[in-house]
Amino acid sequence: MAGKIITISSGKGGVGKTTATANLGLGLAMLGERVVCIDADIGLRNLDVMLGLENRIVYDIVNYIEGRCRFRQALVRDKHFPELFLLPAAQTRDKNAITIDDMSRVAHEAAEIADYVIIDSPAGIEHGFRFAAKPADLVLIVTNPEVAAVRDADRVIGLLEAEGWAPARLIVNRLKPDMVRRNEMLDPDTVVDLLAIDLIGIVPEDAQILAASNRGRPIVLEDRSDAGQAFRDIARRLRGEDIPFAPLKEPTLFQKIYGSHS
Amino acid sequence: MEEIPLTLKGTQQGILLKPQSEDWAEILSALEDALRDAEDFFRGGRVILELGTKALTEAHLLAVRALLDQYEMELWAILSEDQETIHLTRSYGIRTRLPGETATHEKPADTPENNALLIQRTFRSGQSMKYPGHIVILGDVNPGAEIIAGGNIIVWGRIRGMVHAGALGDESAIVCALDLAPSQLRIAGHISRAPEERRHSPQPEMASIDQNRIIAQPWTARG
Repeated sequence: MAGKIITISSGKGGVGKTTATANLGLGLAMLGERVVCIDADIGLRNLDVMLGLENRIVYDIVNYIEGRCRFRQALVRDKHFPELFLLPAAQTRDKNAITIDDMSRVAHEAAEIADYVIIDSPAGIEHGFRFAAKPADLVLIVTNPEVAAVRDADRVIGLLEAEGWAPARLIVNRLKPDMVRRNEMLDPDTVVDLLAIDLIGIVPEDAQILAASNRGRPIVLEDRSDAGQAFRDIARRLRGEDIPFAPLKEPTLFQKIYGSHS
Repeated sequence: MEEIPLTLKGTQQGILLKPQSEDWAEILSALEDALRDAEDFFRGGRVILELGTKALTEAHLLAVRALLDQYEMELWAILSEDQETIHLTRSYGIRTRLPGETATHEKPADTPENNALLIQRTFRSGQSMKYPGHIVILGDVNPGAEIIAGGNIIVWGRIRGMVHAGALGDESAIVCALDLAPSQLRIAGHISRAPEERRHSPQPEMASIDQNRIIAQPWTARG
């Protein structure tokens, strides 16, 4: 079989690429799909921490590319979902340790054994972005509703178009509906209008995401979280399901004080 | 308006330089500024220096040629009515007449200035377009994109990035868009920034130079 290769990219750092990778990888695995998440941020390994798999890593992607282990040996199986695998980045190397061809080969090899391969791209528009984006069948652009992040997203979409690589769809992450209402934050329509690509999901800001990442238990596992629901919806849309967009909910005073799923 | 030491014009034969000043130091520095500002237009091109009745010394000829060399441009012809200058020009193997013409007046329809480039796509952050004639875009110019034209810039869409019309010094150049909200708008040597507040209902506008500054007015059908 040949699974679908999806790269999560953004241009700007800190907008939630790794969070999206962890949650969508897990979200697809929860739906019964077999998923390989590849951490392409060589030298700045994070995905393992968010998935809570840090202490299970033996080999990494660079070890595999350099022939020090077999492909299966480099994969780390998730503790809750046996159909979810992580191919970790090397922490002691940098992005020059692998070429575009290396990454394409690894991504397609992963696609041989999985339904979905999700690549967590490094920030920036240099070599790391390029080797992560080149093998993709679909690129998900993560942005925040703020001017700088949207501009960088636009830059990345322009580069993908210029190269003729995969089509891009948009995730607007960390949206605060009450700030949008007060005109203090860009509203999703404005972002979509400027970037002119299709939206695949809007994820509300949720303080629990940070706590979830630190615990190594992604928010998608929390039934009552709106952010978790947003990621579950995106996972379904990736499978081709027609899931309507939920109306933006403003947090209640109680939620503002105690967090969204207290 | 202050005296321009040098005018530049794109023609079918090459870039036409016409010194307006008598002061060669001033002419050379104006030429250098122009080449540096619009390097991408000029690089690799050929140059016709039209002097009229002005005389050219050997030192100035060499100075012009050296400057053009830096931008990989060829001093292709020097047009002068001064006999000594013609003689000097010939001694350097540079032509003194344009082929097939006795005068330098080209038909307006043939000049790149009167040509337009039509582009049907949106310019995203980091993308740019430079063209010596007019540029017509069916799409948007997003923040962080750059459009630079020797002539006018017409955008059937939104301008949010940087646009520079009349980049070779044409002060009559205009910029039109359905929604004109550039981060910066330049016409010839004039620069204006976008107003700080965003308008809620954009209307088509045209920017031009009026009394030495850039103004924008509604872009409507002209009766």
